[in-house]
Amino acid sequence: MGDLGKYLSDAGTRGAIWRMLLEHVYLSLLPLVISVFLAVVLGWVCHRYGWFRGALLGTANIVYTVPSLALFAIIPAVIGTQVLDINNVVIALTVYTTALLTRPVSDALDAVPAHITAAATAMGFRPLRRFLTVELPLAVPVLFAGLRVGSVSNISLVSVGALIGTGGLGVLFTDGFRSRYLAPIIVGIVLTLLLALLVDGLLVALRQWLTPWNNLQGVKP
Amino acid sequence: MIEFRAVTKRFDDGTIAVNSLDLTVEAGTITVFVGPSGCGKTTSLRMVNRMIDPTSGTILVDGKDVLSVDPPELRRGIGYVIQQAGLFPHRTVLDNVATVPLLLGWSKAKARSRAAELLELVGLPAEMGKRYPAQLSGGQQQRVGVARALAADPPVLLMDEPFSAVDPVVREGLQDELLRLQAELDKTIVFVTHDIDEAVRIGEKVAVFREGGVLAQYDKPSELLARPADDFVAHFVGKDRGYRSLSFVDASGVEVGAVPTVVVGEAVTAGDGWRLAVDERKHPRGWLPPGTTVDGPLAESVLKPGGSLFEVGQSIRGAMDAALSSPSGLGVAVDPEGAVVGVVTATQVLAVIEGQRESRG
Repeated sequence: MGDLGKYLSDAGTRGAIWRMLLEHVYLSLLPLVISVFLAVVLGWVCHRYGWFRGALLGTANIVYTVPSLALFAIIPAVIGTQVLDINNVVIALTVYTTALLTRPVSDALDAVPAHITAAATAMGFRPLRRFLTVELPLAVPVLFAGLRVGSVSNISLVSVGALIGTGGLGVLFTDGFRSRYLAPIIVGIVLTLLLALLVDGLLVALRQWLTPWNNLQGVKP
Repeated sequence: MIEFRAVTKRFDDGTIAVNSLDLTVEAGTITVFVGPSGCGKTTSLRMVNRMIDPTSGTILVDGKDVLSVDPPELRRGIGYVIQQAGLFPHRTVLDNVATVPLLLGWSKAKARSRAAELLELVGLPAEMGKRYPAQLSGGQQQRVGVARALAADPPVLLMDEPFSAVDPVVREGLQDELLRLQAELDKTIVFVTHDIDEAVRIGEKVAVFREGGVLAQYDKPSELLARPADDFVAHFVGKDRGYRSLSFVDASGVEVGAVPTVVVGEAVTAGDGWRLAVDERKHPRGWLPPGTTVDGPLAESVLKPGGSLFEVGQSIRGAMDAALSSPSGLGVAVDPEGAVVGVVTATQVLAVIEGQRESRG
């Protein structure tokens, strides 16, 4: 423990850790935001065109089984980025999270009761407005369940990126292992854990704010 | 006014849902489409606001061919009440009702104040507007569904089995409410149901459909019950149609006779025959059977429960039922305040029915 205090007493180290934390947040959450948009579009396509569903969701499953390190390495070859470009991590995690979220979004859209969409159509909604203001809001609880899994998974996967030199808290692990020094590893674990808990808490709060109708406490007439 | 002219709908799998339908729904009336499942009644309804387009034929709403109007525009001008209400679970009751005004581009404030008026119109308290649909009972949700359909004051209202998912007592209340609203608003209403009792209760005209989308009969409810066009209609309107058609016969010809009464809580003088027990407001409490000896003040425990009551000036069906359900064989007539006016026997009621048949020829 004395080691830990000594390690953190250095202002330069603390500054470096802070930068790594910010990098980690960026690398894990940017893909989450992008993949929400992609998953909503792809989920809608699956919901709307049944024949597309099997193919797309099958592909998503396969993508999800590709090891992350392999994906980080393959992406530069596929899209021509530099090997150490941090966009590789962003893209790889976007692919994972999109693969993870597409199915629940599609299922949630399927689960909107037919009489509700029919009522919306009969009121005079055009298809896009109906999707954005009726079907999508009703899919939010399921979407957020997927997002919570995605955020935790991303926050842990970003660490792997350190192996190909893309920064984030994972650097604390590679440094610690290289110099056989435990303190940075402990700091890395604790910060990763706290970040995951914080983001999860924020997602829960955001979902409750977005879906007041979903948290009704039995106020029956 | 809604006109169906030679309207046919054939689905992709070849089934004919509606077969060459010619029918005119008069403005300002409630017209009910009724029939067994698969008879095309719902398909016919949904062709009016283009939820379904016909394979051939023309549908005119107030003289205008619906196929010439952009569907979302058309639908905003036609109220629609769907089965199970179909309220948006993620919107408050008030915002649900404000849906169509908002689609029409009204300001939020104007749409909400209109929605509040509508809640009042359908008999819901204003504070219910802040709730979400899941916090309402089935009957309340259905009222909100009606309010939502009426929000932009459309001249035409389509109702697709709106009350089928609520229990019979609530359903009857909703039907009464609809009739009350219609007396006030005078809309052109098309109402789809599979329940013939509901159809004859609320319809001014009833269209009976048979399988294959063929219109079997289109008539006033009293005519439907008295003179079904064929065996299918006769069978569909049911075995007790003779009795039910009494709903459309005026009971004003029935002479109400006097009845000996006793008052609950007071001493009873000797007497024979059935005596009607009443309270101090003359509301009936039950029957005192012949030969019952009562010591001291009359207690309700010695009374036989009474039958149904009928109000003077209502249908003769109520008078007949009152007589048949009464333990004494005497049907009790009451005034609008519920006070006893007198009694009738089934024989008397029958004589009036027979007399009316003769005078009708």
